[in-house]
Amino acid sequence: MSDDRADGGAETDGGADEETEPGPPRVPDGGTASDAASDTTGPMSDTEHTSDFEPMEPNPDENHEPTQVFDEAEDFDLRSGADSCYKCSSCDTSCPVAEVDDDFPGPKFQGPEQWRLTQSDEDYEVDESVTACSNCMRCDDACPSGVPLSQMHNTTRGRFVDEQMSKLSVEYWRNRILANYRTSAFFASKVPRLATAAMNFGPARWVMEKTLGVTSERDFPEFATETFTDWWQARGGAQVQSADKRVAYFHGCYAEYNTPEVAKALVRLFEHFGYQVAVPEQGCSGTPMFANGMLDDARRDAKTNVSSLSALVEEGYDAVCSCTSCSMSLRQEYPELFDFEGTEEVAANTYEAVEYLRIHEDLSGAVAEADVDGDLAEEFAYHAPCHARNQGLDRQAVELFRDLDGVDVEDVGDSCSGISGTYGWKEEKYDYSMEIGEEMFEHMEHAEGQTGMTECPTCAMQMEHGTGYEIRHPLELLEAALVE
Amino acid sequence: MAIESEVVVVGGGLAGGFAALAAAREGADVRLLSYKQSTLAQASGLVDVLGYAPDGDGPAADPFETIPVLPDEHPYRTVGVDGVREAMAVFDEVADRYRGAHTDRNALLPTHGGTVKPTARYPASAAAGVASDERDVLLVGFEALVDFDAPHAADHLANAGVPFEVAGATIAFPGDLTADAKVTRYAKLLDEDAPVETATGATRRARAALASAVEPHLDGAERVGLPAVLGDDDPAAVRESLETELDVPVFEVPMGPPSLPGLRLEDDLYAALDAAGVSMETGNPVVDYDGEGRIESVSIDRNGATIPFAADQFVLATGGLVGKGIGSDRERVEEPIFDCHVPHATDRYEWFDADAFGDHAFARFGVPTDGDLRPLDADGDAEFENLRAAGSVLGGYDFAAEKSGSGVSIATGHAAGAAAAEAVR
Repeated sequence: MSDDRADGGAETDGGADEETEPGPPRVPDGGTASDAASDTTGPMSDTEHTSDFEPMEPNPDENHEPTQVFDEAEDFDLRSGADSCYKCSSCDTSCPVAEVDDDFPGPKFQGPEQWRLTQSDEDYEVDESVTACSNCMRCDDACPSGVPLSQMHNTTRGRFVDEQMSKLSVEYWRNRILANYRTSAFFASKVPRLATAAMNFGPARWVMEKTLGVTSERDFPEFATETFTDWWQARGGAQVQSADKRVAYFHGCYAEYNTPEVAKALVRLFEHFGYQVAVPEQGCSGTPMFANGMLDDARRDAKTNVSSLSALVEEGYDAVCSCTSCSMSLRQEYPELFDFEGTEEVAANTYEAVEYLRIHEDLSGAVAEADVDGDLAEEFAYHAPCHARNQGLDRQAVELFRDLDGVDVEDVGDSCSGISGTYGWKEEKYDYSMEIGEEMFEHMEHAEGQTGMTECPTCAMQMEHGTGYEIRHPLELLEAALVE
Repeated sequence: MAIESEVVVVGGGLAGGFAALAAAREGADVRLLSYKQSTLAQASGLVDVLGYAPDGDGPAADPFETIPVLPDEHPYRTVGVDGVREAMAVFDEVADRYRGAHTDRNALLPTHGGTVKPTARYPASAAAGVASDERDVLLVGFEALVDFDAPHAADHLANAGVPFEVAGATIAFPGDLTADAKVTRYAKLLDEDAPVETATGATRRARAALASAVEPHLDGAERVGLPAVLGDDDPAAVRESLETELDVPVFEVPMGPPSLPGLRLEDDLYAALDAAGVSMETGNPVVDYDGEGRIESVSIDRNGATIPFAADQFVLATGGLVGKGIGSDRERVEEPIFDCHVPHATDRYEWFDADAFGDHAFARFGVPTDGDLRPLDADGDAEFENLRAAGSVLGGYDFAAEKSGSGVSIATGHAAGAAAAEAVR
């Protein structure tokens, strides 16, 4: 292929510098594509050879250099990702929704295929089925060819919500309220006991299901009577100072409002290893917003998060998360969707908390010498969250705790819990959510332990909902083992 | 500080899996690093050792008789017949849902295209389909599952001269699935024996409804072949229900990707790795290493963060050209992580043959090794004293033409893992 073909033959009109008029693409003889198509004897016809190219022979011009056919990739250009798909359908077999929902055409369609359609036709209407994706992101981990499936899903879903979803619809507002859990939790935390009671008050839930489509099958999580940051301020912030071991804790919404014990465990654990902990200003990581196509909401909070975390990264801090969806978001989705200054730096310096200690401390050595007694000397049924998978963390807890005396952690398999954040809270998705979760529930029942363990707050909700077990976080167990 | 192990295996397919398993069973502390979920979803689930001699002769009746006459550079010559036997014995123990170990001779299995493939091991689910069996066959495909055209496959088999009558029929899978339902959807309905709506509007259990749809086409057939979607978690139970209803043996015809028999093999392999105490980390690629002459650590790239994994011994099992363990551009062919030497002609027009089914040089691209499976540089010296290679990253054989992909991966993986563990001690 030669240079002149690459730019559509515009040189016949006087060179590449000249602005070409908008209109049909031109072909090398100066005619237009439509001319050529209507004229069967023209240069584009099948009946006449216009090229010396012989596919099986060395190209006659050995000196020619390959041509860049497309413009240099702009930011977020997904073309190369779409082109990498060779249709093996591994992503489809990894999709927990396609396995139960007959109306969901699977990640291969939602990703490269639908993305391509959005490129080919400006008026293309995004197929609504993109909203049935639960954003578990397992397809990313399944793809042997590096197609950025979840990035395509996020982008396409955002476009659907932006351009096609009625902002007056109940579904839009239901999704927006679910996606902005932090806002509800913020108000609820002002009156935690009342909020917990009110949110689980039967008649109120009936109304929520009927008017908003939030399933009444689930119990809302309890709100803590003291938020993590209230505790943090009351104790006077960091208790350990260090010039070279410093982490910024991204606690997210759930550890702040619902499970501050997890956040406290993280702080005590890192201080035990001599780290200076900072708790920067932060909003939601964005995970529930991506899943609902609320990219404007996600962008707003991401801007806050990147701004405060990148300032700390510049000072030598690394960011650590206790929720695997938060770390996933900061690491993968931010650089895939946003380009605030510092986004890449924050992504490259963000870690899941236990992973961070495994890399920077002899954590397995410390665990091998420790033992646990009392409250947490248990057998645990551990579920790896889907979002832990792409970060390579799905085996971390079981492998780390193998050598810990006094506890036994059993993996309950590689299925999805089915709740996927807000997905399982939607009235029309609840049954699918439980059908997906069935395999995990069964494996939990078969496991020795009667206590569950996972890193993800919403997986924990689902595990508790399906089995009635109490669910703990690996950080709590590490605190019990290592911090006196 | 790096995460430390005694043996690090890079690659999570058959070669990497069997390397990790062998090393762990020898007592080493092993970590498996895999970029993505295993690509066994793309494997038919048939496990071959050697189907054809390199000169195209075949099908080979007994792979073990052919191995000693293979060219010197073939990986089977490196591990030897005994090495292959030892590794296959481990495979048979890990994959107890497989058949074929009773003989050295290849079995002949029908494929979804209607060809007959020589293979050393096959899933129990495919056992009733062997082509040396003389019982008459009915192949049944599903309308929406277009990868398996049963009447076409039946004609093809008949033309191939199989010693039985074979007919094909296409039916609608009960339950009104969408036209693009995934193979996992079929499998899930059958695993759960979920209620489905039949053509008459009645609601029945999936297995019984499927049997009823097949039944009118039996016409005296003594066994029935269906696409390999008969359950994911418990295919034996699904098959047994269908056999009870139909009163004839039922078998699965292995399919192209995505393949449930491949996924089931992945489950069995990873369960064995877990039981052997192997640590596993997937989701991010190994992109670099540290060390000179001797590898100190490899590092994965996770969104710009570099995470090092140190070990005493390393195994490279990243796959070939398709698996991206071997890469190429217009200038050269390379092994991208350690930049191990990959012999190839300078002129890229010598990399392939003009005949599509000709003898392509690229099919044999890969790293050459010494007798201990250590990759060699252009001068014939070991690239690193503590690196071994296994599976399709190895050069010197054409797995597609020979039908030797699984066997070479299992045999060289096992040998590399065992040697790595020995070197640790």
